[in-house]
Amino acid sequence: MSIKKLGEQTLKYKKPPIINSYYSIVGPKEGKGPLGKYFDMVLDDDLIGQKSWEKAERKMMFDASINAIKKSKFKVTDIDFFIAGDLLNQIISSSFAAKDLQIPFLGIYGACSTFCQGLIFGSVLIDGGFANNVLVATSSHFCTAERQYRYPLELGNQRPPTSQWTVTGSGAVVLSNSGKGLKVTYSTLGKILDFGLKDPNDMGSAMAPAAAHTIIQHFKDTGFTPKDYDLIVTGDLGVIGKDIASEIISNQEYDISNVFSDCGTMIFTPSQDTHSGGSGCACSAVVSCGYIFREMEKGIFTRVLIVATGAMLSKASYLQGESIPCIANAVTIESK
Amino acid sequence: MPIFFKTNKEYQQFADKKKPKPPFIKNVINAFIVGGIICSIGQGILNFYTSLGLDQKEANSFTVATMIFIGAFLTGLGVYDKIGKFAGAGSIVPITGFANSIVSPAMEFKKEGYIFGVAGNMFVIAGPVLVYGISASVVIGLIYYILNL
Repeated sequence: MSIKKLGEQTLKYKKPPIINSYYSIVGPKEGKGPLGKYFDMVLDDDLIGQKSWEKAERKMMFDASINAIKKSKFKVTDIDFFIAGDLLNQIISSSFAAKDLQIPFLGIYGACSTFCQGLIFGSVLIDGGFANNVLVATSSHFCTAERQYRYPLELGNQRPPTSQWTVTGSGAVVLSNSGKGLKVTYSTLGKILDFGLKDPNDMGSAMAPAAAHTIIQHFKDTGFTPKDYDLIVTGDLGVIGKDIASEIISNQEYDISNVFSDCGTMIFTPSQDTHSGGSGCACSAVVSCGYIFREMEKGIFTRVLIVATGAMLSKASYLQGESIPCIANAVTIESK
Repeated sequence: MPIFFKTNKEYQQFADKKKPKPPFIKNVINAFIVGGIICSIGQGILNFYTSLGLDQKEANSFTVATMIFIGAFLTGLGVYDKIGKFAGAGSIVPITGFANSIVSPAMEFKKEGYIFGVAGNMFVIAGPVLVYGISASVVIGLIYYILNL
């Protein structure tokens, strides 16, 4: 009988890992969004003087990581493990950032759910007594994601209303086994759900049931109710996916409408012409590291459930007519 | 055991109700206007070349080359994608759109080198159009030939 597992899918940390420091970097468009003033660094050029978009993305991840370590007052050598993932094939942004950081590295992939996946792995290592300090980072870049999953940037085509805009940015968190700060108390690992949706331009509707399932399972496993949370925020369902997830959850007799939001709908305004909102690994990472954690430290929120959502498709899978397998991983953060 | 919905279809119908429909009428009007403007510019250029004394066949080739240049140039300046966002098929169907579909991947993949990057990806979007366009014209040519025997 495992002592730290609750119910079917949830982990309860015996000695909750501390969020020692966090750092967020975003591109110019995200900086102009409603959360612009919360981010640690807003780039004025999304190429950051690099020769390619891929190089720019890995530089963002490296800079976010190094600055998170600086903020924690640790030295790079004090960090036991670096856990990171991104959207690019073979997670090259993470591997190249890890090459420069020279911290023992665990590369992970959970599409846009990677941020929570990283927090879960990091927390497990710390609570398990395998590490004192773990650095978790994710990144995404609009231009690298567009060219990998969709079309060249200069192609004159139209984006459908259901499409979302990949967030350019990177978020990094240093988790520690001691010190002061926000705590990671519970994690709920999602199941892959797939209702046969195939449109890569409509990932919000594909991911919504996975998000709803993880949230409901979290309530069942922990015994929490929506009233126990000040904020339940999904990663990148967008306007349409959020609406669908909200209705599925209320159909299951849980009313989360007062506390429910989505990072993809928070990071951009409708006038920024992103259609259904933001997406990408960085979406939940920068909204958490920029906005949510700061507001928690100010006392605005005391318990938050971050539910990062991932659409686990590849170009090969959708061209071969496969549907989109989706996941949502949830992490509870508490300030008390 | 099914989760939330009895079948995939039931969920898909539920989700479809939440999705906004693309503004078809507005898109069609935009496409008509921009497509019309591009064709009028083409006609103007054709008239110009004819007035220089070129015969119809030569003037046609010159016009096509000029329109391709304009499409490629506007792609390079980063303008054509903005026109395309507004006009949709209105700027994709004319030959300027064809130029855009070749120049945009060529620009995008320059970082991967001139052989496997630019040359390898240049026809990544236009390729299917060429393959099936040329194949269709061969088939129709054959049918035309047989009917006229």
